[in-house]
Parts: sequence; C-alpha cells; structure tokens
Amino acid sequence: MSTTQISEEESQTIVSSPKSIILRISRSNPQTGTAKSFMEFKVPYEKWTTVLDAILEVKKHFDHSVGVRYSCRQATCGSCGMIINGKPRLACFTKIVELNSDVVTVEPMNNFPVIRDLAVNFDRMFSTHKKLKPYIVRDDSEITSKTKEFLQTPEEVEKYIQFSSCIKCGLCNSACPTMATDSSFIGPQALAQAYRYIADSRDKGKNERLKIIDEPHGIWRCHFAGSCSMVCPKGVDPAMGIQLLRGYLLGFRR
Amino acid sequence: MEKQENKEGIKGWLNPGRYGIERFAYWLMRLTGIGLLVYFIAHIYETSTILNGKAAWEKMLDLTQTTEGHIILAIVIGMCVFHTANGIRLMLGHGGIGVGKPGRPDYPYTPRSINMKNKLCIYASIGLAALAMMYGLGVMFGE
Ligand code: SF4
Ligand code: FES
Repeated sequence: MSTTQISEEESQTIVSSPKSIILRISRSNPQTGTAKSFMEFKVPYEKWTTVLDAILEVKKHFDHSVGVRYSCRQATCGSCGMIINGKPRLACFTKIVELNSDVVTVEPMNNFPVIRDLAVNFDRMFSTHKKLKPYIVRDDSEITSKTKEFLQTPEEVEKYIQFSSCIKCGLCNSACPTMATDSSFIGPQALAQAYRYIADSRDKGKNERLKIIDEPHGIWRCHFAGSCSMVCPKGVDPAMGIQLLRGYLLGFRR
Repeated sequence: MEKQENKEGIKGWLNPGRYGIERFAYWLMRLTGIGLLVYFIAHIYETSTILNGKAAWEKMLDLTQTTEGHIILAIVIGMCVFHTANGIRLMLGHGGIGVGKPGRPDYPYTPRSINMKNKLCIYASIGLAALAMMYGLGVMFGE
C-alpha cells in the first residue's frame, strides 16, 4: 500500500526535527458494507504531538472524510477512545512518543458497533449506565431537608470519589474479555458506577441497584482479569469497584 | 452479528499479552478450567470401564502407565494446582480482599487493584503448578 506524505510547508506541526511516523488508519463503513481496510500516511510529529493531532493532520491535508469523534482534546469528554497499537486508549491523551514505534495503527474500539472508521456507537453503554440509576436515590432532597445539606465526612467521600472520575469513554468495556464474547454483559463501566453510588453515604438505592446487577449477564460474569483498570485513563479502577460491589452481594459488606 | 458489534470474540481471550500478567492468569484459568472439565469427563469414562469386568479395567489402567499417559497426568496435576491456587486468589478478590482501598486517584493513575499482592499470588500459583508437575513426573517415571 502506498503511503501519503504531508509536505513540510503544509504541515501544522512546526517541524523542528525530522521525526515522522506512519499512521495506519482503519477505514470501514458497515452502513455501506465497506469492509475494514487500512490507509497509511506519513505524519511528522514533535514530542507533544498526540495521536489525535496526527489524525487531524491527516484529515486536514489528505482525507477529510476520516471518521473520528473528539471534542475536548484533554481527556475530559470521553469521545476519542480507539485502539491504538493494539490497546484501547484516548487519542487525545496518548502522545506519539510514548508509543515508541515508527508505525502507529488506529482502529475503532472493540466490543462496540462501528459507526464509521474510528467512531463507535455508545448507545448501549449509555443505556446500561442509565439503567443502574447513576444518581443519588432517596426520598428527600437537599432542598426539602431541614439541614439543607447532606453532610459527608472526608472518609465517606474517599469511598467513592475515584469512581466519580469516570468520563464514559468506554475503554474499559473495550478491554474487557467478558465483553469480547457477551454483549449483554453490563460491563465494567456501568458496574463501577453502580459501586460509586452504592458507596455514597447519601444514597439509599443500594437494594434496587444490587437487584439489577444480580442477574445472568450481571456482576457474576466478571472474572477479575483487571484489564479494565489497566486501560482506564482516569484512575477509576473499575476492577476494584466491581470486586467491592460483589462484596455487598456476598455479605462481606453492608 | 459479531462483526457488526465489532466484538473481539474468543481471540480476545487467546491474546493475553497486552494487559499484563493478570490477563494471562485469566486466560490460564479458562484454559485449565476447560482442560479439567475434559479430564473429568475422560476420568468418568475411564473408571466406568470397571463395569465391563477386570480385563477391560486393567487394559484401561495400562493405558495410563505409558509415557503419554504420564505426561497427560502431569499436565492434569499442573492444571489442578494452578486452578486451585489462582482460584483462591480470585475468590478472595471477589469478596473485595486484596484489591486495595478506594481513594483519590493521582496521575499516572496506577490502579490499586492491579497490585503486587495479586501479581505474587499469580506467580506463586504458576510456580506451585510447575513444582507439582515435576514432583508428579518424578513419581510416575521413577517407579
Ligand atoms: S471507568 Fe475509566 S475506562 Fe471505563 S468508561 Fe469510565 S473513565 Fe473510561
Ligand atoms: S477528545 Fe475528549 S477525551 Fe479525547
């Protein structure tokens, strides 16, 4: 396959060094039945260039039809997850230099239906997330209660704060070996969020949520491979959340 | 359907190198589980030959006394020991033991559930399985 190259004058990247990579982009479109194939581009990079920057260079100079989703460019919106050199990562949070490779291959995330090229469909992940009631469940509210605020000690906050960093990027679901064969599995993203709310001292929805996850495609399908936590870009550690959550069902926790 | 979903499928299990020793242990656990199930079925068949009389039973026993039979039994010993030892680690982990304590994450966000305790347990399970296999081979071939 021939590799397309950006001329130096055209490049957005200020070329102070002659370093460049071959960026291999997976192209496919299930709607038109276009099967997966790779296009290759030679892209210059600096030590701050991210994989997303490189993809946007390609869009700008060669092929604006490359399908990619992104927004914040700072690991906050959770839009730009993709498989980069074999592993799920955020394109905006992965610098080319840290990959230590002259060839960077980008593919759509596994275990999600592909929309086009690098963009995948999050519908199911979002609906599963919603099913687990990702909000504080209780009868009164801070507006109606006499004290006006539901106070928490710093220790109570520590119990769930790391799980509230989830940006719903789906990298964990893409790395999960159970999701690789069971698309009905609730998945590490939603299970970690179930723990986040159950562990919150203000919440009273524990029993409702435990009922939802205690089913054949629920929490028991997790076998603690830990891959979700290895790829999470926000330190959520879903594997920990899931095992702690299971503790409630097994009677180790209240 | 699988294609549309872009699911990794079983090749996701068979490609355990990308996510560290924990994913390798996951794969070994599956493999040894399937292996032990196959052994269990074969074992029931083996012992059921006793119903066909002494001669049939002894013929079956002779099969296990061959070099191949010894090697298969040594593999079964290894699978059994790894599956048990790693299974104990997983059972404790599933109860929330040894997976770390939640807390505010700091960059570079090293996950606390992927910790040294778990890694050492996995290495120990592999080591114990290897030792048990060597012991088994020593006993079987030493006869
Ligand atoms: S748990 Fe981590 S990897 Fe999973 S969706 Fe949330 S931020 Fe992304
Ligand atoms: S563009 Fe928002 S997370 Fe990457």
